[in-house]
Amino acid sequence: AITLLPSVATAQDVDAAINAFTGGADTSPDGITLIAPEIAENGNTVPIEVDAPGAEAIILLAAGNPSPDVATFNFGPAAGAQAASTRIRLAGEQDVIAIARMPDGTFLRAQQEVKVTIGGCGG
Amino acid sequence: MADNVTPRVRVPREASAGDVVSIRTLISHPMESGQRRDGDGNVIPRSIINRFTCDFNGENVIDVTIEPAVSTNPYFQFSAVVNETGTFNFTWYDDDGSVYEETADITVA
Repeated sequence: AITLLPSVATAQDVDAAINAFTGGADTSPDGITLIAPEIAENGNTVPIEVDAPGAEAIILLAAGNPSPDVATFNFGPAAGAQAASTRIRLAGEQDVIAIARMPDGTFLRAQQEVKVTIGGCGG
Repeated sequence: MADNVTPRVRVPREASAGDVVSIRTLISHPMESGQRRDGDGNVIPRSIINRFTCDFNGENVIDVTIEPAVSTNPYFQFSAVVNETGTFNFTWYDDDGSVYEETADITVA
């Protein structure tokens, strides 16, 4: 049996995913926090936390996965904070990117490189 | 169709009006990514939870769009502001059309 390695998102794929959310607008690095481990032993379950006070929505992307999209958090009026934690799959060492959309139409961006010992997504 | 899909939520039982409470949720689900192949080289079809929502007394707390890069047994932690006694409604949407629901009550003094 042959197990093919999954393809990896290109820079164009990542830019397209970002532009789909931002409409091509500039992003600011202030006012958003992305917490991810510098080294993840297991790429199948990497803890990620995002926090952007006042944001309407935060998108999470993994630049080196077969598809860069990971999740979009939309915050409602009953949210206690514009923050969330989850666990994600990373196919290998790559940048994790969080972008927040603010009510005034501006966007915030945080990015962190995560090294992965055992890759997720594969067979 | 995913077997043994079980939602679990953790919400405080009591709070004071205006408190921000932490909520943790997990649903047991394989989250088959659609990227894997079986022993014969055939792609195993994607089968994931693609959306999760939490509402409190009919008002939205969070609405998450989920892609295959979210891990097996999707876990989310977030917070809600509670001004009155009420009920949290949690809903998970499966690729196969299944909808899983859970509720949790909180008493606000």
